[in-house]
Amino acid sequence: MSMWRSISWWFTLIVLLGAGLWPIASGSATGREDMFLILMLVTLASSLNILLGYTGYVNFGHIVFFGLGGYIGFYLMHRQGWSLGPAMIAGGLATAALALVLGTIILRLRGAYFALATIGINEAVRAFVANFEPFGGATGMSLNFAVYQAYGGAAQALWIAYGVLLAVTLLTVGISFAVKHSKFGLGLMAIREDEDAALVLGVRGPRAKTLAYALSALFPGMVGVLFFFKNGNIEPGDAFRLHLSIETLVMVMLGGQGTVWGPILGAALYERLRGYLLTSPLFKSLHLAFAGMLLLLIILFVPAGVIGWLRARFPAIRRVIP
Amino acid sequence: MVSPGVWIASLIDGLLLGFVYGLAAMGLTLIWGVMRVINLAHGPIIALGMFGVYLLFAYGGVHPYLGLFAVALLGLLVGILIYAIAVHRVLTAPHLSTLLATFSINMMIIGTGTALFTTTPRNIDISLGRLVLGPVVLLGTRLLAALAAVLIAAGLYVFLYRTTLGKMVRAVASNRAAAELMGIPSARVLAFSFGLGTMLAAVAGGLIATFFPFTILSGGAYELKSFVICVLGGLGNPTGALLGGLILGALEGLIPIVLPVSWVPVIEFLLFVLLLLLRPQGLLGER
Amino acid sequence: MMRWMKMSGILVILAMLAACAAPTPPAPTATPAGPAQPAAQPSPTPAASPTPAVKKIVLGFTASQTGKLTKESKEQVQGLQLWLEDLQRAGGIRLPDGTVIQVELKFYDDESTKERVQQLYVKLINEDKADFLISPYSSGLADAAAVIAEQYGKIMITTGAASDSTYEKGYQHIFQIYTPASRYLTGAIDFLKKLDPNARRIAIVYENEKFSTDVVNAAKPYAESQGFEVVLFEGYETGTTDFGPFINKIMAARPDAIIGGGHFQDGSTLAKQLFEKKVPVKMIALLVAPAVPEFAQLGDAAVGVIGPSQWEPGARYSPDSAKAAGLPWYGPTVDQFVSAYKAKYGYEPGYHAAGGYAAGLVLQKAIEEAGSIETEKVKAALEKMDLMTFYGRIKFDTGKAHGKQIGHEMVYLQWQKDASGNLIRPIIWPEAAQAAKPIYPLSR
Repeated sequence: MSMWRSISWWFTLIVLLGAGLWPIASGSATGREDMFLILMLVTLASSLNILLGYTGYVNFGHIVFFGLGGYIGFYLMHRQGWSLGPAMIAGGLATAALALVLGTIILRLRGAYFALATIGINEAVRAFVANFEPFGGATGMSLNFAVYQAYGGAAQALWIAYGVLLAVTLLTVGISFAVKHSKFGLGLMAIREDEDAALVLGVRGPRAKTLAYALSALFPGMVGVLFFFKNGNIEPGDAFRLHLSIETLVMVMLGGQGTVWGPILGAALYERLRGYLLTSPLFKSLHLAFAGMLLLLIILFVPAGVIGWLRARFPAIRRVIP
Repeated sequence: MVSPGVWIASLIDGLLLGFVYGLAAMGLTLIWGVMRVINLAHGPIIALGMFGVYLLFAYGGVHPYLGLFAVALLGLLVGILIYAIAVHRVLTAPHLSTLLATFSINMMIIGTGTALFTTTPRNIDISLGRLVLGPVVLLGTRLLAALAAVLIAAGLYVFLYRTTLGKMVRAVASNRAAAELMGIPSARVLAFSFGLGTMLAAVAGGLIATFFPFTILSGGAYELKSFVICVLGGLGNPTGALLGGLILGALEGLIPIVLPVSWVPVIEFLLFVLLLLLRPQGLLGER
Repeated sequence: MMRWMKMSGILVILAMLAACAAPTPPAPTATPAGPAQPAAQPSPTPAASPTPAVKKIVLGFTASQTGKLTKESKEQVQGLQLWLEDLQRAGGIRLPDGTVIQVELKFYDDESTKERVQQLYVKLINEDKADFLISPYSSGLADAAAVIAEQYGKIMITTGAASDSTYEKGYQHIFQIYTPASRYLTGAIDFLKKLDPNARRIAIVYENEKFSTDVVNAAKPYAESQGFEVVLFEGYETGTTDFGPFINKIMAARPDAIIGGGHFQDGSTLAKQLFEKKVPVKMIALLVAPAVPEFAQLGDAAVGVIGPSQWEPGARYSPDSAKAAGLPWYGPTVDQFVSAYKAKYGYEPGYHAAGGYAAGLVLQKAIEEAGSIETEKVKAALEKMDLMTFYGRIKFDTGKAHGKQIGHEMVYLQWQKDASGNLIRPIIWPEAAQAAKPIYPLSR
C-alpha cells in the first residue's frame, strides 16, 4: 500500500498522534477526559463518513452500532468475565457482522427511504434491548468496581481505556484514508455520484455498499465497548441516543463529508464549540439554538464543510490535508 | 381470559388517538409528497402547536378550541418562514442537505423553547365530561379531537381536489418544471405547501395538548410515530396517513392486552422497517 | 446580493470558529457560583484572640442547569447553598485543635447527561482540587459520578439519588443521604394492611428505569410476604403520556390498590388518567409525583393519592425525639430550616432542598468529628455516624452495601382537601407522624 509514502497520511498520523499522546505525556487526567470524548467522536464521525461521505448513503442510525457493540462487550465483561481487549474486538466484529447481514437487506433502499429505515432500526433495537433480560432490560447492567482491579486499579484502567481508544481512532482514520485512496473507494464514490451509472460501468454495487456499511459499523462497536467500560454501566437510553447519531452527522457536515480530515476537524470543532457555548454566559441558555443556526449557515453557504471549502479555495493544501 | 369488553375499550381508545396521530403525520407526508423533503422539524412544530394553545389559554384566556384557529394560522406562517429561510435554497441539493437544514430548525426551536419554557411539563386543564357505554369510557376531549382530525382531513382533501390553489399544489408535486411552464409560481406554491404541512402538525399538537401533558421536547415522540404512520400509509399520501394513524392507534391499544406495554415500540418499529423493505409504497400505494 | 450573503455567511462561521479555537477553555469552564463565592471573604470571628489557622476546602459537584432534570437539581443546589450560608455565618467548621475550615462550593452544568458528569467530576478532582464531592441529582447521574469519585478515592455524599444498586458495587467512599429505593413503597403496603385487612389484590405498575425498578423489585416480594397477591406487575416506557390501554389492562386485573409510578410527569399523568377513567380502586400510591407541589394542578384527580417522601416541612424530628431515641441531635431544627429557606427563596422547601442541605450538614459533622480533612479520617467518622437532624436519622451501612443509608425513614403523605376546599398534603404514615386522618378507601 502506497499510503505510507503519502505526505498527507504522515501529516494526519502525526497530528492525531501528537494530540492523542499529549494527555499521556503530561499525565493530565482532565486532558484525558476531554480528549477521550473528542477521540470517541472522531471515530464515530470518521466511520460514519465511510458510508455517508464516500458512498452517499445518509445513515441516521449510526449510533445503533455504538450501542449494540457496547452492550455485547459489556455483557461479555460483566456476565462472562472477559477482559477489555477481547470484549472490544468481539463487540466490533459482532456489529460489523450484523451490518453485513442488515446491509444486504436495507441498502436496496435509496435516499430518504434508507435514512428512515436506519432510524427505525435504531429505535427497534433500543426498544428490544430494553425488553431483553440477559442485557439487564430497561435498567441495563453495571460493572462491579472490583473489575478494575484486574487492570491495576481504577485510575490505571481509565488510562488503559484511553490508550486503546487512541489506537482505535488511528486505525479508523487509517482505514478511512486507505479506503478513500483505493479502487474500492473509487467504486464507492462512483455509487455516490450516480449509482445506476456505476453499476453499468461494472462497480459491484450491492457488494461494495454492504462492505462499506460493515466497515463503518466495526469501529463504533469497538468504541462503544470502551466508552461503557469507562462509564461503569450501560442503559438502553444512553446506548441508543438518536440525538448523538444526528450530532455525528452534523460533525461530518461541519468538517466536510467525503474527506478524511473533515470528520476529524468536524468532531473536534463541534465538541469544542459546544463546550464554549455552554460556558459562555452569553450563549449558555441558548447554546442549542446557536448551534442550530451555525449548522444552517454551513448547509446553506458552505455545503462542502470547512475542509471541503478550504480544499476548493486553496488547491495547494490538498497534498497535505486529505 | 381477557373479556371482550377490554378488547373493545382498548380498540376504541386506540382508534380515537389514531385519528390525531394521523393528522400529525399528514403534515409530514404532504411535505414529502410535494417536494421530497423529510421535515425533521416536524416534532418541534407539533410541540409549538401545543405551546401555542397552552399560552393562549393560560395567559390570554382563549378557549383551547378557539386557540386552535390561531395556532393553525401561525403554523402556516411559521412553515412558510422555515421554507424561505432553510429549505428553498437546498431543495435541489442531495437529501442530506434538506434533512440537516430542517434539523437545524429543530435545534433552534428546541434550544429557544427550552430556554423560554424550561422542561417542566404543562397541562391544559379542560374537561368535556365522559361518556360511559358499558366497559367503554369515552372522554369528551378525545372524541372532539378525533372529530376535528377527521374534519380537517376532509377539508384538506376538498382543498387539494376542488380548489385552484389545491390543484396548483398537486401540479407542482407531480412535475415542478411542467407546472412552472403552465404559469404556476412554483416557488410560492412550494412555500405554501410547506406551510400547510406545518399547519397540520401544529394543529395536531394543539389537539394532543388538550389531553396529554407536554414539554417542548414532547414532539419528538410524535415525530417518530409520524414516520411510522407515513410509511404505513405510503409516503406522500395524505389519505394513507389517516389510515396509517388508525392502524398505529389500534396497535397501541391492542398490543398491551396480550404483551407487556414495553413491547409496543419494538413491534411498531419492526413493522416500520419491514414495510419499508417489502412495501415502500405503503399499504395504499403512493399518492 | 447572493455574493454578499455568501461572504457574510462565511465570515460569521469563521468568526465562530476563531472564537472557539482561540484559548480553548477545557470544555466547560468554571461558572462562578453566585452566592457560593464569599468563602474568599472570611467572616471575621469576633473572639478567638490567637488567630486560628484557617484552611480552605473545595466542595465540588455538578448541577443540571440544562436538560431534563433542571427543576429538581436547582432545589437541591439551593439547599446546599443555604447550608453554606449558615456555615459561613457561624464562621466555618471549627476543628478541636482550633483550625477553622472555610468551604468553597465549585460546580458546573452537567446538562443532565452522564458523559458530562464523568468529564466534569474528573475535572473537579484534578483541576479544581475538590476535597469532597456531592452527587448530581438523580440516581443515574449520581451513579456515573460515583464511578469517578471511587476511582480517585474521593468521598462523595450522594443526595437526590435513591437507587440501591450504586451501593452494591463495592464502593468504599460513597455515602447516601436518601432512604434507598428498596424502602420507598414498603410503608404504603404496611398502611394498606393496617387499614384494610380485607384488601388482597395489588397492581404494581412502574416506569421502566433504574430507580423505579429498584423500588418495585423490593416492593413486590414485600407485598407477597405480607399476604397480598400481586395481580399485575408491569413496567411502562419513560415518557409515556397515554396510559389508556394500560389502564384498561389494570381494570381487567381488578386490583384493590395500585402502587408504583416513576417520576413527576408520568406519575401525574397516570394519576390524572386513572381519575378520568374512574378506575375503582381503594388506594393509589405513586412515587415522586405526589411529593412535588405541582401535583396540586391535577385538582380533584390528586385527592386521595398517596406518595412517599424523603422529608416534609411538617416532619416531626426534634431534639426531644432524638433524646427519646437515644441519639445525638445536630444542626438546625425543622422550623429553622423551613423559615430560613422560605426567607431566602420565597417558598417552602421540598425534600430535594432538604436533601441538599443535609448533605452539607453531614459532611460538616463528619469533618468536625474527624478533626481533620483527610479523606480516610472523615470516612471513618462517616462510618461511625449515627445521629438525628431536621432531616431525620442518618446512619450508613458499613457492611456489604457500604455507604447505603440505613437510618433515615420515609414519610407518606396524602393529598386531601381542607375545610375550605384547598388541596393540602398532610403526613398520614407512619402513625406516629400522622397529621391528618387518611382517606380510605378512595371514593371513585
